[in-house]
Amino acid sequence: MATEVQRLSHNPIVTKKGASKQRTRFIKTIGSYLLLGGISLVLLTPLLWMIFTSLKPMTEIVQFPPTFFPKTIHWENYLMAINSFPFWSYAKNTLIIAGSVVIGNVLANSFIAYGFAKLNFPGKRILFALVLSTMMIPGFVTMIPQYVIFSKIGWVGTYLPLIVPSFFGNAFNIFLMRQFYLSISNELIEAAQLDGANHLYIWSHLMIPLTKPALITIAINSFNGAWNDFLGPLLYIKDQRQYTLQIGLQVFKNQSTTQWHYLMAGAVLVLLPTILLFFFAQRYFIEGMNLTAGTKG
Amino acid sequence: MTKRSLRQKQEARWGFFFVAPFLIGFVLFMFGPMLFSLIGSFTDYNLTSKMNFIGLNNFKRMFLNDDLFWKSLYNTAYFTIFNVPLTTLFSIFLAVILNQKLVGMRFFRTIFYLPAVLSGVAVYILWMQLLSPSTGLINTILSWFHITGPSWLFDPNWTKPALIMMKLWSAGGAMLLYLATLQNVPTQLYESAEIDGAGIWQQFRHVTLPMITPIIFYDVITSTIGSFQIFQEAYVMTSNGQGGPANSLLFYNLHMWNKAFVGFDMGYAMAMSMVLFMIVLVLTLINLKLAPRWVHYAGGDQ
Repeated sequence: MATEVQRLSHNPIVTKKGASKQRTRFIKTIGSYLLLGGISLVLLTPLLWMIFTSLKPMTEIVQFPPTFFPKTIHWENYLMAINSFPFWSYAKNTLIIAGSVVIGNVLANSFIAYGFAKLNFPGKRILFALVLSTMMIPGFVTMIPQYVIFSKIGWVGTYLPLIVPSFFGNAFNIFLMRQFYLSISNELIEAAQLDGANHLYIWSHLMIPLTKPALITIAINSFNGAWNDFLGPLLYIKDQRQYTLQIGLQVFKNQSTTQWHYLMAGAVLVLLPTILLFFFAQRYFIEGMNLTAGTKG
Repeated sequence: MTKRSLRQKQEARWGFFFVAPFLIGFVLFMFGPMLFSLIGSFTDYNLTSKMNFIGLNNFKRMFLNDDLFWKSLYNTAYFTIFNVPLTTLFSIFLAVILNQKLVGMRFFRTIFYLPAVLSGVAVYILWMQLLSPSTGLINTILSWFHITGPSWLFDPNWTKPALIMMKLWSAGGAMLLYLATLQNVPTQLYESAEIDGAGIWQQFRHVTLPMITPIIFYDVITSTIGSFQIFQEAYVMTSNGQGGPANSLLFYNLHMWNKAFVGFDMGYAMAMSMVLFMIVLVLTLINLKLAPRWVHYAGGDQ
């Protein structure tokens, strides 16, 4: 607003106008950085607080006012957290589930989307509308009957209800893959067909290598989703030895209320894979978003 | 001609072959279960011994005799009404200030987006500590300004605002969608607006906003559905899904969960899930109905 007032009120002499415009732009830039920096600080503070708290002794946490930076560093809080519950075995369980979900999601969505993007068949438009409409069905609506079905076939207490559905595709990923396929020229497929290749071969040998960026996006997103899934394991896993990290952390939370240093250490450890994945593969997180946004217009 | 139609037939067969997993999954994990839920909602099903048709009794009980049903619906509506507009506005705001030609925007984008990729129990534990009345960061900061902060998760008036605040922190996911769209807006539009003497707000109102209405529309629909499904936050941040002080965090899905998996009152819970489905359907239809009035589709690209 200030810049506008300035622009309207100043003297319209050409040289002065140029200088004033430059100054306005400079003030605007400084203002932008202050705003961006301020918001970054607000958004980062909770994470810094989590890390700092995880390193503090209890005395620093309960003193008033609490310290922001830890005065003494206590790495042993992390050992305490790891030893308070079977951390490594829960991590292994979580990895088994997440790994299977990644395989399922990558294969199924790539496979299904190839049909929608590159092949013509009667009813395709209606079926694709059906795919998109499943995005609007709340998971909780199907959760109870799914549980009943899984319990009747004896899958409750196993990882199967968490893994098997990922092999049948999901709307968002099918949509994302289809967008990516549409950017690949059809001539390539036609040329391969002239060479005698069938669609299964074209999909597995031509399309999978070509759609790698989108597949990595799906892999990362599904890993992240499965790693942080709480509801699924809460519902289907009954035996303590089969717990995932999310359930383990929840149990740990109930056992050690207000032992914030240990709880924060546990939280940091569980979040670490996601944070690392984010920093090393941020491009792929963002690529997925761009693919979605580019087509909503 | 016949050769062509043969090829078409062959391609159609391949087409069905490729989309078959989706169709099978749809029947097994969506349509079948929903049909079962619909039937089950008229029964007293309890997972083990009985499944008798009891007509509309579940719905009668829900609407007339279950105070917690109304309480949970109120809590969920309260959360949705504040959460959807606030996170939408905040994510647009973040996208707009990131959409500048300045050095270091990738760095700020990373920071703005980071909270959105973090989820699950660890994040809830973090916020339980931030919101802790005595040792938490938020009340500590408030105390610097000589403000006595509320008890947040322990005060029924502040539990839902606390959760809304937590959700705002992770608004960066939608921000990326807006940002991707904003970056496709031709810069000439801004330049000509600037020549016409349009200020920051006018540029936003007349150039930016019309371009992002389709994304706002998509965002509002998905986040309404998402908000109506809030569950985990309340389950983890109150002790084992008790619903918090004075049931102020007993959301619709938490109540349904307790009926289904604590009380094994499956018939009743399925009836609740059908009501949830209807609510979400109606909200989505309202959104679709209102869309032509404010959603602006740029000519050319569909």
